[in-house]
Amino acid sequence: MSPTVVVEDIRPLIALLAPWVGLVGIIWAGEKRPNLRELFTFIAASVQAAVVLSLVPLILSGAIVEFHIWQIFSYVPMLLRVDGPGLLFACVASVLWIATTLYAVGYMRGLHEHAQTRFYSFFALSLSATMGVAFSANLLTIYFFYEMLSVSTFPLVTHMQDKEARTGGRTYLGYLLFTSLCLLLPALSWCYVWLDGGHLTMDFIEDVGKVGHFGETTQIVLLFLFTFGFAKAGLMPAHSWLPGAMVAPTPVSALLHAVAVVKVGVFCIYRIYADVFGAEVLSQMSGEEWTMVIASATILISSLIALSQDNLKRRLAFSTIGQLGYVVLGAAIATDRGQGGAVLHIAMHACGKITLFFCAGAIFVATGKKYVSELRGLGRKMPLTMGAFMIGALSVIGLPPLGGFISKWYIALGALDRDAIWVVVVLLISSLLNVFYLLPVAVTAFFRDSETENDSSIKEAPWQCVLPLVLTALGCFLLFFWSDVLLQMIGLQP
Amino acid sequence: MSDSIVWIVLFPLIGAVACALLGSFSKRICYPVSVLSMVLSVWASIQTLMQAIDSSDHQISYILGGWSLDFFPRGVGIEFRADLLGALITLVVTGVGLIVSMYSKVPVQRQTPGKEPMYYALFLLQIVGLAGITLTGDAFNLYVLIEVAALTGYGLIALGSNRAAAATFTYVILGTIGASLYLLGVGYLYLKTGTLNMVGIHEAIQANELHSSPTMQVAFILVLLGILIKMAFFPFHAWLPKSYCHAPTTTSCLLAPLVTKVMIYVMIRMVLSVFGVEFSFESTWWGEILPWLVVVAIVCAAIMALAQREIKSMLAYLIVAEVGYMVGGVWIYNYFGLIGAIFHVISDACMTLCLFLGAGIILEKCRTTHFDGLRGLFAKMPLTMIGFFIGGFSIIGLPPTCGFFSKWYLITGGMVSERWEYMVTLMFSTMVMVVLFFRLIERIHLAVDESGKNLGKGHGDLGLSKEQTRFDEAPLSMLIPLLLAASIVIIVGIYNQEVVDQIEIFLRDYKLPTGVHYQ
Repeated sequence: MSPTVVVEDIRPLIALLAPWVGLVGIIWAGEKRPNLRELFTFIAASVQAAVVLSLVPLILSGAIVEFHIWQIFSYVPMLLRVDGPGLLFACVASVLWIATTLYAVGYMRGLHEHAQTRFYSFFALSLSATMGVAFSANLLTIYFFYEMLSVSTFPLVTHMQDKEARTGGRTYLGYLLFTSLCLLLPALSWCYVWLDGGHLTMDFIEDVGKVGHFGETTQIVLLFLFTFGFAKAGLMPAHSWLPGAMVAPTPVSALLHAVAVVKVGVFCIYRIYADVFGAEVLSQMSGEEWTMVIASATILISSLIALSQDNLKRRLAFSTIGQLGYVVLGAAIATDRGQGGAVLHIAMHACGKITLFFCAGAIFVATGKKYVSELRGLGRKMPLTMGAFMIGALSVIGLPPLGGFISKWYIALGALDRDAIWVVVVLLISSLLNVFYLLPVAVTAFFRDSETENDSSIKEAPWQCVLPLVLTALGCFLLFFWSDVLLQMIGLQP
Repeated sequence: MSDSIVWIVLFPLIGAVACALLGSFSKRICYPVSVLSMVLSVWASIQTLMQAIDSSDHQISYILGGWSLDFFPRGVGIEFRADLLGALITLVVTGVGLIVSMYSKVPVQRQTPGKEPMYYALFLLQIVGLAGITLTGDAFNLYVLIEVAALTGYGLIALGSNRAAAATFTYVILGTIGASLYLLGVGYLYLKTGTLNMVGIHEAIQANELHSSPTMQVAFILVLLGILIKMAFFPFHAWLPKSYCHAPTTTSCLLAPLVTKVMIYVMIRMVLSVFGVEFSFESTWWGEILPWLVVVAIVCAAIMALAQREIKSMLAYLIVAEVGYMVGGVWIYNYFGLIGAIFHVISDACMTLCLFLGAGIILEKCRTTHFDGLRGLFAKMPLTMIGFFIGGFSIIGLPPTCGFFSKWYLITGGMVSERWEYMVTLMFSTMVMVVLFFRLIERIHLAVDESGKNLGKGHGDLGLSKEQTRFDEAPLSMLIPLLLAASIVIIVGIYNQEVVDQIEIFLRDYKLPTGVHYQ
């Protein structure tokens, strides 16, 4: 698939800058005018989502959109480019930002959180960086936004400003900056010097497969530097920052640590596999099988760990690590359908997992409960929340008619395309494990009696919390029925 | 104005004299005089840089006093010569001088009351010395200017707190040893080549094939050793942290970004232009040893920086580590390494300036720069802290600050020369800097003390009184220079290619290995 029409358009930049404009408004409104402040967040989010969605028809017609910002090095520009996978990711992130903003209003006010201005400010910055990653056209641009995201999420992770937050923040930055500065940077600089025989653009379209000119050892080293350099993907053994980052308020866990940040990681890895190495080179490489093995191991091990977690958010975090493994696995399969499935899984899992996190947060706001074992009988008190949880769980498990099914299906098809039966077996086992660690939560809530049966003080969380999670649960259905559009967007035949 | 190259030095010199003379009548006149002379000097250096870029051979030369250089070997006249490297670094020197002189109003009044005329006279003479070093084309004149810079530096540091005198003494001893070694080396050079003009020396080495002459080897070692001491390369660094910690705020803001960086410039100048690439890298064994010394230097300095509990001394050790970066960039001997070293001279000057200006404001407002006094500072001085953090991010090497790009070229250089030890060291020190700065950010942002005890009542309560966290920004005369420096850090980063283009034109003549064979 090589799109022929290139359209110069400023819209990607607008999507990038909308949060910055919102940021000015947020800081100006401040703690004294919370309604105005949150209005600015809404405006920024809506503008961003509208701009991103307005690009969809162009991409569907087979064009790509480019915008040149400035020249970083002689041959390497800061170039934004919108193509199918990037746009799909951007759509998911920006649309879910609107939902999260609404949710955050309910959550933060419900808990009387402090420093909400700081919270909304850095949230906006993170989304700007996420758009940047989604729209990057070369390795250097993507690296810029990747680092921006690491730094701008730090104040969100350490929001509570206490000892636990310090530990979480240290793990978070330690992993992310160590990998990006010590593994990624040499790999990038290597590509800069040698990749393009003097042209040095590191471009995702022009330079696909040029890594193939290197010696075999170099290729393998580069592959592993990139795979582990993007530690946001949560690939084991560089995964423990994610459970650590769960000290953040739930909206952060929901949008950033289920959608934006981790998906930026896997999206970068997808870019590396699909647009730097390219499917052809990758499938002929000798070290490539190992990335599939690592991804599979991540999927299985994290699912097993998730089984043993009683803290709901931690259980979801380990589940996320496993699901991210799917994306890496799909990208590493290096067939069209496998890599397409990987991109789809970014969207499908995002919608399902954000629902689950929203539910966990809503339960916490309404009851103060954090542990799975405390949820008995809660389904009758909070039917909407727990119903949505059920739908989200089923989508993550991958049952039709929910979005999660489509992406798993395509990853499995991709694996079959290259006769990797064992990948399908891994997918099946993992789905089974998903059932084991997600469904008991809903089952406990609906069918187990609790001692607080007659406690009438427990009811649904504020409507700002409940509405977004109902909407994202419905989104899981919609993604299933609209999957043909998504498939067309990333260039796969439905 | 075709003579702008001389005016770079003359404006501050006139300003210094004016401060010393007029200052006895009115102390208040010194501040505007020094700012004005720095503005003019910056203007002259921009002119010079533009002329150098526009001229056909990318350099301009000015012969002081009209002494002829015509007879061989190139005469006794003193020549000012600005090629692209010299002009760029001169602009950095005068630019930093301007920003610091703008910043100096409040701290000088507080820390050296009554001595403003002398202080500003020394301050401007310091700039004369440093800018002169970057402009002169004469090896002996370079020594004189190094001494001008050093002597004024001693004076500027000694005006600080009680312990500044002792610190200055260490500096005097080591500085004198360094300068004497350099002078001795120049003596040998003169003996062998019969000239003191840098171009003349280089031509004589080429013409007489002095590459294997033992005298030249000795001269090279002496010159290099002298410079390494003056730039606070690791085992010779003892003078630097002490003197920068105890010096008055303005002094450390001026000296920290410039002195070591200008000495790096001298090293590059000596290695490339005077002794020549062939002699420096291929006829001597320094190229084998120095990268390993650099590894030791960076690691030790980084560990020492980790051990500090006070911002200024932490920054001082960071400078020692950064010196290692640049020396390494030169001695891994390739094109990218040298671009990295030269660009790092510029970017390190910008970011060190930014950090020291920030530390100066913290000292001014809180009366301490100890780590324990930092909690709640973001609420109190958000703009200052943003400026300070931008400098910190640049030291770490996060894009798009200029520190990222210099580190990028240094890493690339290490890779091209396959100096893996240098690369690993860079990574190590990068991680140390991440720890250093995020430890500061933690202290400012979180309500946790060293042992991990929560100090506040949770929910963002830092355990401080309302007064301690009330918005109370630094005076504008200090804040504006800081924000200016912070924006320069980012602008130089974004437009790094413009700077690197000039460095590439400069390096083109030296035929350095690029390590890459493009098809």
